[in-house]
Amino acid sequence: MADASSSSHGDLKLTRVTKSFGDFTAVDDLTLTIPEGSFFALLGPSGCGKTTTLRMIAGLEEPTAGSIHIGTTDITTKKPYQRPVNTVFQNYALFPHLSIFENVAFGLRRRGVKDVKEQVDKVLKLVELPHLSERKPTQLSGGQQQRIALARAIVNRPALLLLDEPLGALDLKLRRQMQIELKWIQTEVGLTFVHVTHDQEEAMTMADTIAVMNEGRIEQMGSPAELYESPRTAFVANFLGQSNLIRGEVSSSDADQSIVEVHGQKIAIVKARNRAAGKSILVGIRPEKIRISLPNDPCTGNVLTGGIVSDVSFVGVSTQYVVEMPWKQDLMVFEQNDGGTPTLRPGDPVSLSWNAPFTFGLDGSEDVNAGSEVDDPA
Amino acid sequence: MSTVPIPTLPVSKRISRWFGRNLIRIYAVLGFTYLFVPVFYTIAFSFNNAGKSNLVWKGFTLSNWANPCGAPDVCAALGNSLKIGVIATTAATILGTLIAFAIGRHRFRGRATTNLLIFLPMATPEVVLGSSLLAMFLAFRINPGVWPTVAAHVMFCISFVVVTVKARIASLDPRLEQAAMDLYANERETFRRVTLPLVMPGIAGAALLAFSLSFDDFIITNFNSGTMNTFPKFVYTSAARGIPAQANVIGSSMFLIALVIVAAGQLVNRKKAR
Repeated sequence: MADASSSSHGDLKLTRVTKSFGDFTAVDDLTLTIPEGSFFALLGPSGCGKTTTLRMIAGLEEPTAGSIHIGTTDITTKKPYQRPVNTVFQNYALFPHLSIFENVAFGLRRRGVKDVKEQVDKVLKLVELPHLSERKPTQLSGGQQQRIALARAIVNRPALLLLDEPLGALDLKLRRQMQIELKWIQTEVGLTFVHVTHDQEEAMTMADTIAVMNEGRIEQMGSPAELYESPRTAFVANFLGQSNLIRGEVSSSDADQSIVEVHGQKIAIVKARNRAAGKSILVGIRPEKIRISLPNDPCTGNVLTGGIVSDVSFVGVSTQYVVEMPWKQDLMVFEQNDGGTPTLRPGDPVSLSWNAPFTFGLDGSEDVNAGSEVDDPA
Repeated sequence: MSTVPIPTLPVSKRISRWFGRNLIRIYAVLGFTYLFVPVFYTIAFSFNNAGKSNLVWKGFTLSNWANPCGAPDVCAALGNSLKIGVIATTAATILGTLIAFAIGRHRFRGRATTNLLIFLPMATPEVVLGSSLLAMFLAFRINPGVWPTVAAHVMFCISFVVVTVKARIASLDPRLEQAAMDLYANERETFRRVTLPLVMPGIAGAALLAFSLSFDDFIITNFNSGTMNTFPKFVYTSAARGIPAQANVIGSSMFLIALVIVAAGQLVNRKKAR
């Protein structure tokens, strides 16, 4: 039996892992290293292969090709009960016939641990539910069940804790609270957490590193800020928050920056932030980076003129504008409600401007809408 | 006196409203009456000072209950029925549960066919089953008696056990077993600690059903039991001469025992849930 407490600690390494179900390739030649002790998120829409990846790490699916290592130990073909890996299942999967205490003690008892009572009491205290140990799972609220599922997994101190959409069944307020709590518990126990989710906000709030998955492959991996500020593909740009992507042609370049012509107007882009291989380019800018102004007001940086406000929605902290450009594309603009900009109404002519370094460039062959029409539910 | 008259609904409206509110209650009372009149009749006539024939009420007595084996052969027949019931139930429950797991959990060649064949004994008329079984036993030179009867009972009980247990297995969340495996339980421990306890209510229900089917069976038993008497056979044969009140005592006892078992089960469940 696996001794989860001492053996095979280290980074999790997936090497060229592929998983096919018949003709369908769920995970396609995936190579990934998750450093020990990190909070790692696999983020992607439903059907992108993130859950299959998690199940292969847990041992509930066997890869069609490739290998999985924890430290130097090869766990590719090991049974789930032989791995130092525990899972917090979607909808928790608590044993309905056992008390909360016995649910949490389950893994300890199977491993023949001596001080079961002490360890269970300790972990129940950590999740702040020691008073519920004699109850049955069905008598607990969703949030409480979620914490017990977490306690049942971390009490074994696995090398790796897998979380499969752990907060999906909770309402928004409780989800926010649990996000903070999960992050705190991860820091407290110091285990490696691998978190699968389709909720980009959840991934950004909790994870140190996010891998964005799409169609069985990793689109981009990095810190939340890195992914947000410098997306490398249209999918990442649209799936993580919102982006305005405008088609253009690179017209001239010097050492540091390129000038891009978009529908007759000129935009500057820092060369290091341009991922386009050729001249054809998608110019990207996040909605909150854009300043909206009346046509005659002075503007600095990159400027696009000739916009008409087509929709205004007030959402409290900000006002969101939809601006139709002369080439019939709608751009999103988020303005802080800090009194700095005049209130505009649909039909008003406006100019848009932003600091040139905020601009990012994607390859012109990409689909402008990739990742933006993905349905939300898991 | 100058009280303002309270406006009242016309009588017809009030009556229809009263019916609207109480219709379900009335329906329930009628339904339960229909279901339980025969049971109460059986219990009442177990206290009849009947003498030879228990057809008309001749006065109250406790002597039938004090001496349930008073009628000749009734307790020997009951003993046979209980023995056959226990053996057939045990065998059918074990075999049926194994079949239910095979069909419910594994994909194998002929699974769909097996699924269909399991239903056949339930769909075949008992008279046909009973006579065919007798013909078969005789062809193999096996004399009718206890064991051919047990074999026949196991055969028709298995179908019901499979159907009941399979339904329970189908409703089981596969993630619970995955969670057990994830928590260091190997296949055998997962089955013992998670799968079996969760399927148990289905197995217990199937066993109760099998026992009552076996205990109650007359047609198939009559063909295959030879000279051995069972309780249903006893009642049937004595119907010609007059059924003794002891039969009512035994029937009522069975009813009360079943009632106690169900009530105890409910109580245990409620305690567990607390």
